[in-house]
Amino acid sequence: MWVVPTIPPALYLMLSGILFTIGVIGVLTRRNAIIVFICIELMLNAVNLTFITFSRFLQSIDGVIFAFFVMAVAAAEAAVGLAIFVMLYRSRETINVDDVNLLKW
Amino acid sequence: MAENFGILFQWLIFMGMAFVSIVASLLVITRKNPIHSALFMVLTLLCVAVLYILLYNPFIAIIQVIVYAGAIVMLIVFVIMLLDLETELRSKLKIVHSKVIGGFLAVLFLFGILYTVVAKPPTGQTGSYTTEKMGSNVQAVGEALFTDYVFPFEIAAILLTVAIIGAVILSKKRT
Repeated sequence: MWVVPTIPPALYLMLSGILFTIGVIGVLTRRNAIIVFICIELMLNAVNLTFITFSRFLQSIDGVIFAFFVMAVAAAEAAVGLAIFVMLYRSRETINVDDVNLLKW
Repeated sequence: MAENFGILFQWLIFMGMAFVSIVASLLVITRKNPIHSALFMVLTLLCVAVLYILLYNPFIAIIQVIVYAGAIVMLIVFVIMLLDLETELRSKLKIVHSKVIGGFLAVLFLFGILYTVVAKPPTGQTGSYTTEKMGSNVQAVGEALFTDYVFPFEIAAILLTVAIIGAVILSKKRT
């Protein structure tokens, strides 16, 4: 009898890599600070998918715990980063990352 | 036969969710309006949450919906509404050399990942968290979090407190 194979972990890892790359391209090409921030969240999310995939296929709970901590750090980063954007807009009237180049060498 | 149908259904869900999440994330990085980007971001996160359920991890799926799609994206939408981005919306996307080179390198990086995944299937020492235990996923996560990982857990709590205080101090008006 013909048996359908289960979904291999490689497909999940490929999807995770594609999402991560889309996030990288977004960070590199967009100049709006909020879009850059959203793309960073996209990359963190792709990494979480990798963690959960390995947790499932290597039968270890550690990947789930790491994904949990990544989410906690992402939440902290969101709070501080968005506060910085509000400050930036108040002092510079823009959040275009090309216009904010005071620390650029 | 019934098992075949179940696995076939899993494939169907996986393919659909993978396709929708890739398309939505492409829309995230191409839309001009940041609000549209944030909403497509929610769609991507929900698709990945469905994939977490497919991977027998309902706890992370629920956390994903509550924390990512609920809290973080909501925060982003609020900040977009606070800022007046009319002039930025009218500006065109400029193509410069650095962006093209960066995008090319990113795609090269993607091919590196795909080659690594295909060339050697992921192997390693398997742990004790077997498929039977995944039914009580939340219990297993809680046990691990409060026994083996209690110190990192406390540090995460301190980190969140510091982030809240930092956000309040940063957004306070100078007098």
